[in-house]
Amino acid sequence: MAEVLFFLAAIGAVAGAVGTVSLRNPFYAVLALVCHLLALAALFLLLYAQFVAAAQVVVYAGAVMVLYVFVVAYVGGGAGEPLTGSTGVSLRFASILFTLALFAELTIALVGTGLTALDTEGASLEATFGTPAEVGELFLTKFLVAFEIASLLLLIAAVGAVILARRRAGLGDEGEVSVGDVMRRPEVTAGQAEPGSMIEAAGPPQR
Amino acid sequence: MSLTWYLVASALIFSIGAGGVLVRRNPLVILLCIELMLNAANLALVAFSRAHGNMDGQMFALIVMVVAACEVAVGLGLIVALFRRRLPIDVDELRELSG
Repeated sequence: MAEVLFFLAAIGAVAGAVGTVSLRNPFYAVLALVCHLLALAALFLLLYAQFVAAAQVVVYAGAVMVLYVFVVAYVGGGAGEPLTGSTGVSLRFASILFTLALFAELTIALVGTGLTALDTEGASLEATFGTPAEVGELFLTKFLVAFEIASLLLLIAAVGAVILARRRAGLGDEGEVSVGDVMRRPEVTAGQAEPGSMIEAAGPPQR
Repeated sequence: MSLTWYLVASALIFSIGAGGVLVRRNPLVILLCIELMLNAANLALVAFSRAHGNMDGQMFALIVMVVAACEVAVGLGLIVALFRRRLPIDVDELRELSG
């Protein structure tokens, strides 16, 4: 039974990966990646990593992929790109060759280690292996520093993304007001703003 | 089910992701391929965690997921900034650091 499930999930994961790389429309590539992530979550379940599988589905296939879909819709990648440029054919051939070489090398490196545990189904497990309770306890005891640094990293990334993607004064349309302008001129309120500014129009300016 | 199979699947997914980074030109799809590689690493980590019967690999995989989420946030912010400045969304065209 486990073999059947493994091969189904592994084929799904590899097919999702191939689809992500080969589909021209970025929107379909994102959907293929969602399929890949779901199949990978099944593989995690087979390895008794219940919490990792749940986090994979909820955080990755849920939240992160929604972010991708929003950006694809915003940027409008629906036109599709040509897969190869002017120097494309030889570069593509070299890339595929490199991919095959990398796969062979990784397989030799992983399988050729001679670790005896790799030919087995793994060590005998306690009943709590991979449960959310165990994960939470480890995060608050053994991995507390990593946990706190991860929270700090998420905060920095969120602030950085907002600063990168905000509208800058002078780059956009004339009527745009950046956050910095509003902070610098606190006397401008909704009632007395000059016509054409974003405060007056009470909405984002039209492109 | 021998754990070697999981590692081979992980190596295959990683290679596909690396090939995608080389072949594709849309930065959005390149970010997706980086996600593929991170997920392949996660699969290997969880498989080794199972081999040892030790939870440390799974914790590592969770931290990798956090880092991947940060990378996605910053990368997508960069792509939105590119789009706002009406630059081409194509890594072959974006060869200079100065805008």
